[in-house]
Amino acid sequence: MERVEFIEEKSSDSNLRKESMILNMGPQHPSTHGVLRVVLYLDGEVVQEAVPYVGYLHRGIEKLCEDITYQQCLPYTDRMDYIASICNNIGFILSVEKLLGIEDEIPERAKVTEVILSELGRIESHLVGIGTNAMDLGAMSAFLFCFKERERVYDILEIVCGARLTTSYPRVGGLPAELPDNFEEAIRNFLKIFPKTLNEVDKLLTRNKIFIERTRGVATISAEEAINFGLTGPSLRGSGVPFDLRKSNPYLDYDQYDFEVPVATDGDAYSRFLCRFEEMRQSLKIIEQAIDRLPDGPFIADLPDIVLPEKQKVYTQMESLIRHFVIVYNGFNTPPGEIYHGVENPKGELGYYIVSDGTGKPYRIHVRGPSFVNMQALPLMAKGRLVADVIAAIGSIDIVLGEIDR
Amino acid sequence: MGLNAAPTAGGEGFLTTTVNSVANWGRKNSLWPMPFGTACCAIEMMGAMMSRFDLSRFGAEVARFSPRQADLMIVSGTITYKMASVCRNIYDQMPEPKWVIAMGSCTCGGGPFDSYAVVQGIDEFLPVDVYIGGCPPRPEALIDAVMKIQKKIDIEGAPIV
Repeated sequence: MERVEFIEEKSSDSNLRKESMILNMGPQHPSTHGVLRVVLYLDGEVVQEAVPYVGYLHRGIEKLCEDITYQQCLPYTDRMDYIASICNNIGFILSVEKLLGIEDEIPERAKVTEVILSELGRIESHLVGIGTNAMDLGAMSAFLFCFKERERVYDILEIVCGARLTTSYPRVGGLPAELPDNFEEAIRNFLKIFPKTLNEVDKLLTRNKIFIERTRGVATISAEEAINFGLTGPSLRGSGVPFDLRKSNPYLDYDQYDFEVPVATDGDAYSRFLCRFEEMRQSLKIIEQAIDRLPDGPFIADLPDIVLPEKQKVYTQMESLIRHFVIVYNGFNTPPGEIYHGVENPKGELGYYIVSDGTGKPYRIHVRGPSFVNMQALPLMAKGRLVADVIAAIGSIDIVLGEIDR
Repeated sequence: MGLNAAPTAGGEGFLTTTVNSVANWGRKNSLWPMPFGTACCAIEMMGAMMSRFDLSRFGAEVARFSPRQADLMIVSGTITYKMASVCRNIYDQMPEPKWVIAMGSCTCGGGPFDSYAVVQGIDEFLPVDVYIGGCPPRPEALIDAVMKIQKKIDIEGAPIV
């Protein structure tokens, strides 16, 4: 839905009539990646100012979380960055574990599985990010290739947790159940097939003249501006700042894996595309190392106050039944206090700020969504550029509206 | 439709039918969806249109982001009060005849978001033909809904306005 309005202005120095146009892009527009509304003030074809309006998908997730137990908050985190749900889940679980102070008791098997799954989440997010960016610029076939591969990631998530998109997978303390028998085989199969598609998309886009013309030098942001805006993820690394929470502030033993942080220097849409592309290769490298070291052993920590008892015991033992009831009904009690934990999501730093009053329900949860912060750079990127470049800019910062509005 | 004589090799023979049934046959096999995707379900809707599930097998792959060229509105994702007027506006802009699929729990009845911001079901302001439950529903479910719309067009024809 686009509405065009004309504003008449009398120019001060002559009698010539000067017209500036307001173009309303969104909230229903295929290339705003959801329901973002951008109001463009145009001088001819040149954007004088771009003003994003958010809130069209505000669902009150943070408020809803105040009235439910920590475990019940988990499904809501899926629905924020729904392109990589599993990364949000893992970020939230890690935050609650940090609040409880049980990080050291998480079994190795759970940690390694979480690394594998969050890297798969990174791959599926970047596939959609690259695919939609290319599709907005007219390259439909790259999107088909990307989505074909995304379905393979869905298949793996499906055998692990039963859901394709909204995973709600790990639990506080580890994994909810033993991994399926064919998990390792599925991952190894993916590792074999995926690089081929990656090369195909590489051939389609990286040296594609039309794609380069549409993205190189477009939506440029310098390293200093990017830091000032608080950008994270590929949007920051595309400007030449090698900041990655997995390196600077390692969680889930990321410091034990051998991988590089890809950095591009130009700060334009093409650099961000290159960063995302290389990150997928690095994610593959991490998954390969993780699947090799996947240890046997328990999949969930032995913490009777926090972790639900085995289902078989619930049916046969009175004590387990009572424990099960209490944990489901009241949740587990957390120490009073507040905590912030940030994880490196595909789109940037996802942070959970949790305030606890000592009960089983969070007093307040605030989410630092990377898309919300990254989108603040859009007016700067669009200013003085053509209307078509706004599309490239929105695609290249890879926003998802569920996370912006929450 | 009825075939009144056996067609011969020379291409003779004729069909008798009504204008309505021919029109409906055309309508049901060339639905042009207007994907009104707002949230998570939109990703599964994209999945239904992409290579693996391929909605085009059912004649409904020509996604039109302009409501003027569409006759099937697939509302997928949470509709908030802020978005509801936009949704209704788009529906009003679509030419008759038109059908609506409510995809996902949010559009059916608010889903998990029982909050101040979310419309508890799009049937509060839109006439819905097919509801799909699930959070999000699988692409097969969307294909099933499109087939149900096709059946509906076949039986009932286009709604009279």
